[in-house]
Amino acid sequence: MYELSELTKKYETKRGPINALNKVSLNIPTGQMVAIQGPTGGGKSTLLQMLGALERPTSGTVTLENDELSGMPDSRLAEIRARTIGFVFQGFNLIPTLTAQENVETALAPLGLSTSDRRSRAQAALEKVGLGERLSHHPTELSGGQQQRVAIARALVKEPKVLLADEPTGNLDEQTRDEIMDLLEGLWRDEGLTLIIVTHDSAVAKRAERRLHLKHGSVTEKK
Amino acid sequence: MFGTYLYRELSNRRKQTAIIAAGMALAIALVMIVNGVAAGVRDAQSTVLASVYGVGTDITITQEPVQSAAGTEGAEGAAPERPRFEFGAEDGETTDGTTALSQSRLTSGIASITFDADALATALSLDSVSAATATLALTNVSFSGEVAAPTTTDAAEPGSGAGEGGAAGGRGGPDGAGGSAFNVDTFTVVGIDVGGESVGPLTSVELVDGRAFESSDSDANVVILDTSYATTSSLSVGDSLEIGGEEFEVIGTVTSTSADASTASNTYIPLDTAQRVAGLENQISTVYVQAASSTDIASVQASLQAELPDASVKTQEDLASSVSGSLSTASDLVVKLGTWLSIIVLAAAFLISVLLTTSGVSRRTREFGTLKAIGWSNGAVVRQVAGESLVQGAIGGVVGVAIGLLGILAINIAAPVLSGSAAATAVAGQGGGTGPGGGGNRFGDAASTAAATTDIALQIPVTFGIIGIAVLLAIVGGLVAGAFGGWRAARLRPAEALRSVA
Repeated sequence: MYELSELTKKYETKRGPINALNKVSLNIPTGQMVAIQGPTGGGKSTLLQMLGALERPTSGTVTLENDELSGMPDSRLAEIRARTIGFVFQGFNLIPTLTAQENVETALAPLGLSTSDRRSRAQAALEKVGLGERLSHHPTELSGGQQQRVAIARALVKEPKVLLADEPTGNLDEQTRDEIMDLLEGLWRDEGLTLIIVTHDSAVAKRAERRLHLKHGSVTEKK
Repeated sequence: MFGTYLYRELSNRRKQTAIIAAGMALAIALVMIVNGVAAGVRDAQSTVLASVYGVGTDITITQEPVQSAAGTEGAEGAAPERPRFEFGAEDGETTDGTTALSQSRLTSGIASITFDADALATALSLDSVSAATATLALTNVSFSGEVAAPTTTDAAEPGSGAGEGGAAGGRGGPDGAGGSAFNVDTFTVVGIDVGGESVGPLTSVELVDGRAFESSDSDANVVILDTSYATTSSLSVGDSLEIGGEEFEVIGTVTSTSADASTASNTYIPLDTAQRVAGLENQISTVYVQAASSTDIASVQASLQAELPDASVKTQEDLASSVSGSLSTASDLVVKLGTWLSIIVLAAAFLISVLLTTSGVSRRTREFGTLKAIGWSNGAVVRQVAGESLVQGAIGGVVGVAIGLLGILAINIAAPVLSGSAAATAVAGQGGGTGPGGGGNRFGDAASTAAATTDIALQIPVTFGIIGIAVLLAIVGGLVAGAFGGWRAARLRPAEALRSVA
């Protein structure tokens, strides 16, 4: 699925340049569930942004299904994000003024579907995550776990090949964390997704097939 | 999705939407009212000008007075003359030591300079002139009164002026003590070409009673009266009126076509008659010119000025500045204060709109970053931001148009009265003298020759133009705010959405 070669990302700061990623080379096969762990500032989020076609590397390459992302124009990257990659964020990142169903529909807007098609797919996605009764609720009317379910429905409604989750249980209690992880794991198995999760939580990381550790911009495999 | 998202954003962020829309509405309403008042004032100025110059007149030709070294008028044309009354020893009827005298004189007055009628032919010879006519503005001054009968010892010297007539009444006289009493009555007279031209002062009047001039009236002693003058003078069609010492038959009465304006003159007589009675053969005071089209006005003005270098050739636009009175003050107020106030409020509304929109984009950084992360293109995000701004501007526009229309309605109901006057020819420096004896007169009162002082209730026209400007401003305001907000949103990196986690 992913092939990273000599991937380097430098940020210029007032205190001088910082190497967020330092010549990272990595292969992630299709359908694998990968957990990325590491200390804060170790480069986890930067790596996730590279995988999600949100940032361009300073040097090196990121290849997603034979498409080399670093040289692509913004419009093409947006198209890849719209069709191939799903995102789940720690803070849920739902739009507060939209209902649960409308939030899920935002992921379908770039695909040019008809309104009725968009609505029925959004409803189906919400039913799949157990929120069929909460379609017209606004985010503020939902619990943290329910909001994250809406975010997962939004990520999966377009049937992506990759799901990138950035601390998806970071804001949840243990019970809700387990529910969300059960849901993600189930979807991963059922949909044949490639699931990449950034997490501080070892309990979450232990569920993954493969664990990577990122420190000072360098990645190591964790047994 | 665009419409749903837009509706949800605006309805859930009511405070911001209300502030932007209110600012825009206030500015648009103000611009509408200022533009409307400006149009109303222009209309009022046109009404004042039309009452003097008639409807359809594009250009007027008059003779400018030229100050001589002595400070009196001298010009290429005939200088205005002060009426002079001379009575012979045998004039008047004497009863009980008092002699009743009466005389009227028709002169070019003190507010009108006459010039050669060839100027009319010059104007008519131009290709771009569709019509032209000439008038002669005159003043009729009537003297009537009683003076003490002269005796062999105190008779006034021959040739002494009217003001000196009652200088030394010794005995008898109207007051029984040798004094005198007399009245001086003046009214304005305009000599009109009876050929029925389509321009000139009579185009802004309508016949109330009797008939209009006919070609056969060319040199006849017939007169048409302004209805106001006819009423105050107790004259009607069929009566006779003395003008310049001759009897004239009243054949008609006219009133201004504008409810607010008065007509240019108290009386109208045929041009040839006016020239003959006033002793001003082949003399005129104003030429009224209508250009073939509005685009020809400037070239006709230039051609006429070249052909008639000593004449004053003015367009309606030039003449608007000659309108004086509170109308002129209102015009200045609208142009200076109103325009600047509109610009300032409009700029403030645009600025508020831009600042709130851009700060809104900053506040929604994570939201737009998330949308970009899930595949929204830059264009889609910019469209969303710009769309919201446009709708906020449109709401402001609709409210602004409503407030503007209410403001205009309020002004139209209040109908503030503005007075304005426009003199066809303005001549300074000639007041009347006052006789040192028991009588006296002020010929300066006749200075209203060919002028109309008009009280006009300000009415603001509601035109598609004014509403169009308001709508355009609303769209421009929305676009400006949307452009800034969209530009800011376009610059957001989608990675911002993930920044919350290190």
